[in-house]
Amino acid sequence: MEAYLNLFVKSIFIENMIFAYFLGMCSYLAVSKTVKTAVGLGFAVIFVLAITVPINFLIDTYILKPGALKWIGPEYETVNLSFLSFIMFIAVIASMVQLVEMIVERFSPELYGALGIFLPLIAVNCAILGGSLFMQQKDFSGIAESAVYGLGSGIGWLLAIVAIAAIREKIAYSNVPEPLRGLGITFIITGLMALGFMSFMGIKL
Amino acid sequence: MDRDSNIYTFLFSAIMVLIVAATLAATATSLQDIQAENVRKEKMQNILETIGVLVEREKAPEIYTKYIIEELALASDGSIDKEIDAFKLKLNLEIKKPIEQQRFPLYLAKVDSLQYYIVPLRGSGLWDAIWGYVALEADKNTIKGAVFDHKGETAGLGAEITQKWFQDRFTGEKIFNNNGKLVGINVSKTNNDPDGNDKDDNEVDAISGATITGDGVTDMIKERLQNYLSYFNIKNEKIAYIN
Amino acid sequence: MSKKNNSETKPMIFFLNEEKEPLFSKKNRALLTDPMDDNNPITVQVLGVCSALAITVQLKPAIVMSLSVMVVMAASNVIISLLRDLIPNRIRIIVQLVVVASMVILVDQILRAYAYDVSKELSIFIGLIITNCIVMGRLEAFALGNGVWRSFLDGIGNAAGYGFILIIVAFFRELLGSGNLLGYQVIPDMIYEMGYVNNGLMLLSPMALITVGLYIWFQRSKNRTLIEKN
Repeated sequence: MEAYLNLFVKSIFIENMIFAYFLGMCSYLAVSKTVKTAVGLGFAVIFVLAITVPINFLIDTYILKPGALKWIGPEYETVNLSFLSFIMFIAVIASMVQLVEMIVERFSPELYGALGIFLPLIAVNCAILGGSLFMQQKDFSGIAESAVYGLGSGIGWLLAIVAIAAIREKIAYSNVPEPLRGLGITFIITGLMALGFMSFMGIKL
Repeated sequence: MDRDSNIYTFLFSAIMVLIVAATLAATATSLQDIQAENVRKEKMQNILETIGVLVEREKAPEIYTKYIIEELALASDGSIDKEIDAFKLKLNLEIKKPIEQQRFPLYLAKVDSLQYYIVPLRGSGLWDAIWGYVALEADKNTIKGAVFDHKGETAGLGAEITQKWFQDRFTGEKIFNNNGKLVGINVSKTNNDPDGNDKDDNEVDAISGATITGDGVTDMIKERLQNYLSYFNIKNEKIAYIN
Repeated sequence: MSKKNNSETKPMIFFLNEEKEPLFSKKNRALLTDPMDDNNPITVQVLGVCSALAITVQLKPAIVMSLSVMVVMAASNVIISLLRDLIPNRIRIIVQLVVVASMVILVDQILRAYAYDVSKELSIFIGLIITNCIVMGRLEAFALGNGVWRSFLDGIGNAAGYGFILIIVAFFRELLGSGNLLGYQVIPDMIYEMGYVNNGLMLLSPMALITVGLYIWFQRSKNRTLIEKN
């Protein structure tokens, strides 16, 4: 249990997708104008990450890894399909995203309009594929571990985007130099936040 | 046909999957051997580089047989497993096994009648796996040379471990401290000796901006080398053989 | 590309040019030039930021990445544009990603067999290219609704605009962070002897964000139409 908790905290703070790895930046910068849309996109990312990481874990363990096809029969032991991992992972992610897109369109047309092109773009949100690739590299022992990791990374992403959205809502009242307004100042604030998050790097869990 | 109908969608995806899978599988299988050959030659090239023999990749196999006199697969107690082809051992798979079942490859080289021990390394950096080879001189303490490589470290930061100027820092460093304890080489950010003049401090200067990759190098050197201690401690005449 | 061309002669590759206009008409030229400034993928459309941050410590990887993205974008824009009337709407994202990913994997496999050294240079970019939202973003926003030739130009133009930012950021980070350009030392030893020190902060990834932010400041001071209204 403790191991899961460590992994969870680690994936939220120390290995934060945005501030430590700079993954998922495009939608983070573009959809963080208001807290409301940021929360919507954040939950969509959590949902997709928490589902795709375990699914891709199963695909990796039972289909892609060298020797993973042993369960079909001993003659398949030498098959190595790892060259397919990118495409399999991305296909799983894309279908999940398409599913989320349909759900959001159906139940919250308002949010659907606000997210615009960035909803389908979750599919190429590097944080999501990054989650699956890190999962493959970290050699998790079981599906539970990978689910915890996916969930934690998603929550870390949500926290980051909500934090920047809150700052952007407040900064609207400040006297930022005109050309820097909006995107420019967001880049710089994110840079400063990331410098702050670097202090988590020394923590070993 | 209606582009949004279920049948069309289904047919389209089926055809697409077939075409993509066939193309990818055909390319992957037909190129597999050439790719594996490239990897094999590069491995030989890297091993030779640690003992200061620089060759082109194409010529590596020929020169490899000239300098590398023995390839050993060691068990954790220091005995030699003759059943196993050490060159073909895959460290990434070995590391996952329990320690008693692991086999540790060791390459013995002789250049101008000087003996070297070459130990393969593997660990993880910031993004993905890092690996390398380190050659020890006959005293099994002084490093002759080291080579590192990586899968996906940040270009310009972690990826700099593949650069010669970083690898050269290891040459001449000792893996044991003054009390005879194995400490490996610490890739240090707080090194008092950034020029590397002190070869007994078990430290080399880190690459700025690449803390995690550097820690990965430190860890893999220490972790891998300690597995060879029992072999190094056995006197040559008493080497035990499995089978 | 004169007006005469437009009315009398049919363009050579007429099937690529549904609108029956010269290959480099004003509208088509805009596809190439707009992304450099007015419609820059990174600083205006906010696409492809992650990769821009990951590989701008040095100039060389930034250039390699820009060129690879250009090839991938031009090719995948063309393929998707050719298929645009066939792709079922509901699975279009999957189709786009599969096209991009399989192309990249194919190229990777071939390089690994026949140009091993090049493939080693490129290997870390493979994942970054597949998930580069510029590629997907332009497929979704442009290639799905436009002709082949125009999509091709759009791909080249956007990749160039992306590369432009990458190279600017990498130039400053390598120059100020390590005193080098393309790996060669450019700041003379004399200046170091006078007490100049490389700014190690520039090597850290957060500085890429701040450099892009400063570039946006510069760009929007010159081109005030881009200023956002609160």
